[in-house]
Amino acid sequence: MNSQVIFLLLAAISILSALFVVFSKNPIYSVLWLIVCFFSIAGHYVMLNAQFLAIVHIIVYTGAIMVLMLFTVMLLNLNKASEPHKSIIYKGTAVVTGGMLMLVLLAAMRSTELSTYSVPAATEAGFVQNVGMKLFTDFLLPFEMTSVLFIAAMIGAAVLAKKEVH
Amino acid sequence: MSVVLFKAILIIIIFLISLTVAAYSTYAERKIAAFLQDRIGPDRAGPFGLLQPVADGVKMFLKEEIIPTVSDKLLFIAGPSIFMLTALMTSAVIPWGKPLEIGGKLYALQVADINIGILYVLGVVSLGVYGIMIGGWASNNKYALLGAIRASSQMISYELAMGMSVISILLMTDGSLSLNAIVDSQKGMNWNVFYQPVAFIVFLVCAFAETNRTPFDLAESESELIGGFHTEYSSMKLGLYLFGEYINMFISSAIIACLFFGGYNFPGIDYLGTILPRNIVSIISVGVLFGKIFFFIFFFMWVRWTIPRFRYDQLMRLGWQVLMPIAIINVLVTGAILTFFGN
Amino acid sequence: MQLTNRSKVVTKPEMTFVERLYLPAIVSGLAITIKHLFKKKATLKYPEVTREFAPVYRGMHVLKRDEAGRENCTACGLCAVSCPAEAITMDAAERQKGEEHLYREEKYAAKYEINMLRCIYCGLCEEACPKDAIYLTDRLVPSEFTRGEFVYGKDILVEKIDDRVDISKRKTSYTI
Repeated sequence: MNSQVIFLLLAAISILSALFVVFSKNPIYSVLWLIVCFFSIAGHYVMLNAQFLAIVHIIVYTGAIMVLMLFTVMLLNLNKASEPHKSIIYKGTAVVTGGMLMLVLLAAMRSTELSTYSVPAATEAGFVQNVGMKLFTDFLLPFEMTSVLFIAAMIGAAVLAKKEVH
Repeated sequence: MSVVLFKAILIIIIFLISLTVAAYSTYAERKIAAFLQDRIGPDRAGPFGLLQPVADGVKMFLKEEIIPTVSDKLLFIAGPSIFMLTALMTSAVIPWGKPLEIGGKLYALQVADINIGILYVLGVVSLGVYGIMIGGWASNNKYALLGAIRASSQMISYELAMGMSVISILLMTDGSLSLNAIVDSQKGMNWNVFYQPVAFIVFLVCAFAETNRTPFDLAESESELIGGFHTEYSSMKLGLYLFGEYINMFISSAIIACLFFGGYNFPGIDYLGTILPRNIVSIISVGVLFGKIFFFIFFFMWVRWTIPRFRYDQLMRLGWQVLMPIAIINVLVTGAILTFFGN
Repeated sequence: MQLTNRSKVVTKPEMTFVERLYLPAIVSGLAITIKHLFKKKATLKYPEVTREFAPVYRGMHVLKRDEAGRENCTACGLCAVSCPAEAITMDAAERQKGEEHLYREEKYAAKYEINMLRCIYCGLCEEACPKDAIYLTDRLVPSEFTRGEFVYGKDILVEKIDDRVDISKRKTSYTI
């Protein structure tokens, strides 16, 4: 019962903040609402007993990626005056593509069966040890591949940052 | 006494201790700065100037509060609040001492023993940058924005090396991420700093960078940026920023003590446990932890008056091209040694 | 072309590995600063403890009285003339009958003001004075809140009869 209340609260926060991301005029506020949204999603992870995922979600998304995003938006100097005028054709295309996306989503939602919320069983699948075990046994190859990818990206960044020696 | 009541009391006590330590850190900073420069420092308010933090606080509250008309008012207020919030949040996972025994039941001196303790610390530390960024941007001032950008890129850069240096500690403690388990594994004099000196140095340097202390205080750098991200702040909102910084210093000292210097452990803790009642040993262990914390706070200040500030490109080079590789190599070497030579 | 044989070739040798670690340098720096923690402090707690002044220290002025308690100043104006900062102003007045116990000469300064913000404490007024009336002492001019309070009148400058200012050190050490 108690966890259901928390779930509903978190769900409301996630949906509302996601809506605010779209509807706020100021891009900075969009980014900040997105951070709130990410936090509530981390809360959902905790509700599912996946503490590791929750904290990694916070570290990676809110702690690093959103900071970079905020960075970019802050430096853009987005004023009302500098906003480029959008022609009617652009607006029309946007409406059509958005409408099509909504159609797809509606179609997908129609076929899903709405089930009532049930408290997830208290598994320990989300704990660090278990996640690690899974990653290093069942998903060893994809895991190693992604880590090689990340190392490559990191070394690439370091090389780009290095001053060229003539 | 129920566990909830005990935790509530513990939270309030930790909160008060954090604030008191932070307040007296400002006093200690001025005193130590003075002593290191052959001066006396503040000694007018109360005996030895001990009431100086009170006087400073009253001054902060009585100052005129200015919110720039061109600023984003909501975010301008949110900035220092978030900074203070994140500074205080980290203390939740620190084990402050051995468990207390009240009415035959054991109560851990730790607000939340979550099994991802150290990741929680890293997560909250990475959030601390929002207070600075939001405050710097909302001020609508180029110096504030520059300071905010410097601070955030510095914090992101050093977080990585910090996390990497912690991994080698985690390898030593059978992969448990709980701070309690990490502290427990360093019983007696079995401190991690003796096994992981490289990780300790990397972590220490990163802690300096994360708390924006000299030699990494480029975010504020009074001489170039007029205070950096808090240029436009006045009154207690400025006070919250300054205060939050000292709380950060306190918490990072506590974490350094827990990760590398055995937390509340001290040599002979088991022997004392056999001759003294449990609660006395707990209180001694809390005292030992605070002794270590105060030493590191002193160390933070000592370094401040020794090493001058880095240039920004030097800072970035140190973070990415020196500390990162060192931390990664340290992890590899630790892993290899643990695999091939056992414990 | 070499003009002297004292010129030196500046070398910037490559740093060794230990030097590039910077840690030894940081540790030695920390050692230097920690030494200062235990050194004797240079600060004097001013109002309680004062620094020792030189015998010829030039501080706040005093207008002297003679042994009988009469004011020495005869308002000749030489101090005001000699003052490079033009800090001194005075009004002269004639001594009336029955005032002989107050003023030594027949003419006296009814008003005597020194603007302590203008004064540069050069001591020329003291040198110019033919009547041994004005001296600079080792007392300090206290701080005030407004500029007007720095214009000192006779009420501050003239020494009190029962609280004489000792200027003997200045007098003896002054002769060339």
